[in-house]
Amino acid sequence: MNIEELREHLCSRYPLLCPLFSSEFGDGTLTVEPDDLHRAAGDMKELGFSRLDVVTALDRGETFELVYRLESAEIRTGLSLRCSVPRDQPRISSLFDLWPAADWQEREVYDLFGIEFEGHPDLRRILLPDDWVGHLLRKDYVDDRVVKRPDYI
Amino acid sequence: MAVDIESRTPVEDAEGRTVEELVVNIGPSHPSTHGVCRIIAHIDGEIVTRAEPVIGYLHRGIEKMCENRTYLQIVPLTDRLDYVGSMYANWAYCRAVERLASIRVPERAEYIRVITCELQRIASHMMAIGSSGADTGAFTMFVWAFDVRERVVELFEELCGARLTYSYVRPGGVARDLPDGWTDACRAVVDRLPAKIEEMDRLFFGNTIARGRLKGVGVLSADDAVAWGASGPTARGSGVDWDLRRDDPYSVYPRFDFDIPLGDAGDAYDRGRCRLWEAVESCRIITQALDQIEPGPVHAEGFPRLLAPRQGDAYDRIESARGTLGVFVASDGSTRPYRVKFRSPAFCNLALIGRLAPGHTISDLVVILGSLDPVFGEVDR
Amino acid sequence: MALVDRIGRALTGAPLLLTSVDALVDWSRGQSLWAMPMGTACCAMELIAASFSKFDFDRLGTFPRPDPRHTDVMVVAGTVTRRMAPAIARLYEQMPDPKYVVAMGNCAVSGGIFFYDTYSVVRGIDEFLPVDVYIAGCPPRPESLQDGILQLRELIQTRSIAAGHSHPREMVLPSAGDERAGSVDARERPSVPHVPVRPTDPGGGPE
Repeated sequence: MNIEELREHLCSRYPLLCPLFSSEFGDGTLTVEPDDLHRAAGDMKELGFSRLDVVTALDRGETFELVYRLESAEIRTGLSLRCSVPRDQPRISSLFDLWPAADWQEREVYDLFGIEFEGHPDLRRILLPDDWVGHLLRKDYVDDRVVKRPDYI
Repeated sequence: MAVDIESRTPVEDAEGRTVEELVVNIGPSHPSTHGVCRIIAHIDGEIVTRAEPVIGYLHRGIEKMCENRTYLQIVPLTDRLDYVGSMYANWAYCRAVERLASIRVPERAEYIRVITCELQRIASHMMAIGSSGADTGAFTMFVWAFDVRERVVELFEELCGARLTYSYVRPGGVARDLPDGWTDACRAVVDRLPAKIEEMDRLFFGNTIARGRLKGVGVLSADDAVAWGASGPTARGSGVDWDLRRDDPYSVYPRFDFDIPLGDAGDAYDRGRCRLWEAVESCRIITQALDQIEPGPVHAEGFPRLLAPRQGDAYDRIESARGTLGVFVASDGSTRPYRVKFRSPAFCNLALIGRLAPGHTISDLVVILGSLDPVFGEVDR
Repeated sequence: MALVDRIGRALTGAPLLLTSVDALVDWSRGQSLWAMPMGTACCAMELIAASFSKFDFDRLGTFPRPDPRHTDVMVVAGTVTRRMAPAIARLYEQMPDPKYVVAMGNCAVSGGIFFYDTYSVVRGIDEFLPVDVYIAGCPPRPESLQDGILQLRELIQTRSIAAGHSHPREMVLPSAGDERAGSVDARERPSVPHVPVRPTDPGGGPE
């Protein structure tokens, strides 16, 4: 199934989700509101996306953009679920109940970006020690111990 | 065989006291944790009731470093992610950048990438099998497997001068063409390998001790493997028929004829054996690729010295020796990426240990960890 | 030939060996260095490779032993993060004296490729461990590691365990074969002039 077929498939089954679908660089992207994320993810799982490949986030200034990348054995194309959460209140529902694979992935996003996943069974830091201060993949993270690389290029 | 923890009756001593749970810390420096992993194991007698991996002891902040490097300067950093299979991280990163910047790679470069990465798969699997042999006391297997690995590493050394950190696959192609006589040397290694692997199969996997130590240990069901995001031989050992080389073919893989070895029991034995036979399939792919490869350029023409892809983000993934290795690159239009994220298969596979270990003994915990084949450069990044 | 040997020959005319106990102890300690392989990252692969068939570390008397209480030298191979450093320091404390540290690879030497822009890497293990031998490379070849261990052997044999005292080079007993590191395959390659470890005998000893 290629992107266009996936779009048709999505539109026929979920007319409401259809306008949210876009494709770029050969990937399907579905942008949803944070409140709708869990429902949309559940729908995608029903559709056949049995694997949660990656959970990551981007620091977009005022908001954090969350990217969930889904895979399916039947539908041979990837799909990204995206949603933005405000920086001052970074909270989103966890997808652990749909895909247990979200367990460590969401912990990592929590560790590095400080986004809280509601409903996650064990939300702790994973890569950094528990007593670490700050979330270091945020663009405004500063650490005195870091030596900046000289700007040759 | 796993013990059902729930149904065990508490062991009582002469005075009627039940044996209390003991917490054992394994690692972060332990010869059988395959790196700097720490596992906090709760044990009841000899049986693990709960195992909690603690990772991050090799967290070097590569993703943060990428944000202050140009696109080409990141390639050496990707080497140091999965240091047992550096070529894969090179390739996955390059594919994501090429997708982002719409670069077409010459066909010869694609063939060379396939050849080197399949060689890398052999080298990486040999490390995995060898160290799981060492975990179960079969040190001979480790030495044998390392000997095979050394042959492959010699080929890489001839190819790019490095034994471990290659930086050979670059955005737009590969660093340089194959040296003279390299294909013959490669063919010589690959031709001899299947017989050697068969011998290893008999030596280790046919051995009663290894069968006793590996069979029925750390059984992972196919449904669990999919739901927990396991990939690569870890999932295929459970019978999940999913290999990106065949199911979502990239590069020139559709032109080759190869099989995907599958296990059915989902235990450590099947995972290890899948790896061993995958090495034979890699030999088949390399032989076909060496037959098909044509002369030509190995790097995209008109490649800019300073890459500045347009705004947007791209995700691409390949089948590495450990599973689905994905790279997410976001660009803001400048010469440095806005965000780079590595989806490492070892990270996702390692998350299973808390699920697989309960009910096994401590010595089996080591076997289970080895059968998941974690590489901590990649887990912690 | 050691100086002491020459004195022995001059005194008695027979190949008699005269040396101090101190020098003999140091000589023998240098011949059998058990290494604690503290491999954390990429260099650990080369550390393993050095012990295996092609490079065969054992022939130099250096034997990997993953128990700190049995070892003389800790080979720190790989990137050391701030989170890992206390564990390494603790393992170092568990090693019996006299003990030595080899920093293998650029990361252990100075932070290497992870010097800049990163928040979690220790910039060289000499921030918390006394390092005796530094081996550069990313990663160093197994031969480099073997060379580093041989340098450490020389260091041990010339530096007495008595505080502030060191043996002059001529006092050091000869090592068996006095071989430098090299792969088995090196035999097939064109021969490189052999560079001796220490100054050769200026001559004068009866043959």
